[in-house]
Amino acid sequence: MKFAVVVFPGSNSDVDAWYAASAVVGEQAALVWHKDTDLGGADAVILPGGFAHGDYLRTGAIARFSPIMGAVRAFAERGGPVIGICNGFQVLLEAGLLPGAMVRNKGIKFVSRLVPVRVEHADTPFTAACTPGQVLRLPIAHGEGNYYAEPAVIDDLEAGRQVIFRYTSATGDVTGGDNPNGSINGIAGICNRARNVVGLMPHPERAAEAILGSADGRLVLQSVVQSLAVR
Amino acid sequence: MRARVYVTLKPSVFDPQGRVVADALVTLGYQDVKDVRQGKFFEVELDGKDAAAAKARVTEMAEKLLANPVIESYRVEVLP
Repeated sequence: MKFAVVVFPGSNSDVDAWYAASAVVGEQAALVWHKDTDLGGADAVILPGGFAHGDYLRTGAIARFSPIMGAVRAFAERGGPVIGICNGFQVLLEAGLLPGAMVRNKGIKFVSRLVPVRVEHADTPFTAACTPGQVLRLPIAHGEGNYYAEPAVIDDLEAGRQVIFRYTSATGDVTGGDNPNGSINGIAGICNRARNVVGLMPHPERAAEAILGSADGRLVLQSVVQSLAVR
Repeated sequence: MRARVYVTLKPSVFDPQGRVVADALVTLGYQDVKDVRQGKFFEVELDGKDAAAAKARVTEMAEKLLANPVIESYRVEVLP
C-alpha cells in the first residue's frame, strides 16, 4: 500500500512519518507538497506534525486552505483513511473534517514527553491492530492540545464512540492527574462519524522503534496496512 | 476603507493566557483584578467606499478565517 504524507511549509514531522511508514512499517510512502492538488494514488493520507504556515493566526487555520486540502477532503469523503497527527489534527479541526477546536494547554507550557495513551476503540483504520483498552506509550509535543468542543458535541462524541485515544495513567485509569493539557474528558484523539478520519495529538511516528523509547506507535501505522488488506 | 475586527474566546472557553495575565496583574499589586480575557484585534484596509458592503465583506472574512466559530466570537466595525 501507499501512504501520502502532506508537507506544509512548517511541517516538521513529515519526514518522521515518511520514515516510519516506509523504513519501519515497510510500505510505500510519498511526500506530497501542500500546493499539489492530487494525492498520487495514495491509499492512506497522513497530515503530519509541525507548525504549518507558522501556526500564524491559529494552529491549522491557514493550512486548511492549502491547495492539497481539496484532495484530502475528497479522499476523506470517499471513505479513505486520513490521520492528522498533532498539527495535522489541528488542521483537520480547522478544516471541519473533525469537530471541535484546540486551545492553549491549560498549564500554558509547551509539553514534550512520553505519555500513556489508552486506545478506546479498535474499529478505525488507525487502531485496527490494537486492542480496546490497550495503553500505548507515545510522545506528545504541543502547546495547543487542549481539546475543546461544546458539551453537546462532547456528548455526541462519547455516545458515538468517537473518542479513540484518551490520556490515562500508565495502567489505563482515568484519574484526572494524568491529563497533560487540560483536554475535556482527557481526549487525546477522535474520529469522524464514518470512522475513517482520525486526529490525535500524540506522535505515533516518533515512537515506532525501541531506540526512540517506545515502539508502540508502530501499531497505529500497521493498523492501516492491516485494515486495507482486510478490505 | 478601514475595518476593525475584535475576536474573543467564547465565555464558555477557558483562557489560560488571560488567566496568567490576570495573575501577573495581581502580583503587580492590582488586587482588584478579577479576571482577564485575551483576544485578537485586526485592522483591515480594503478598497471601496461603501461601508455596508465593506462590513459584509469583512464579516465574511471573520467567518472564514479570522475567527474560529467553534471557540471564538467576533465583532466587526467599519470606520468612517
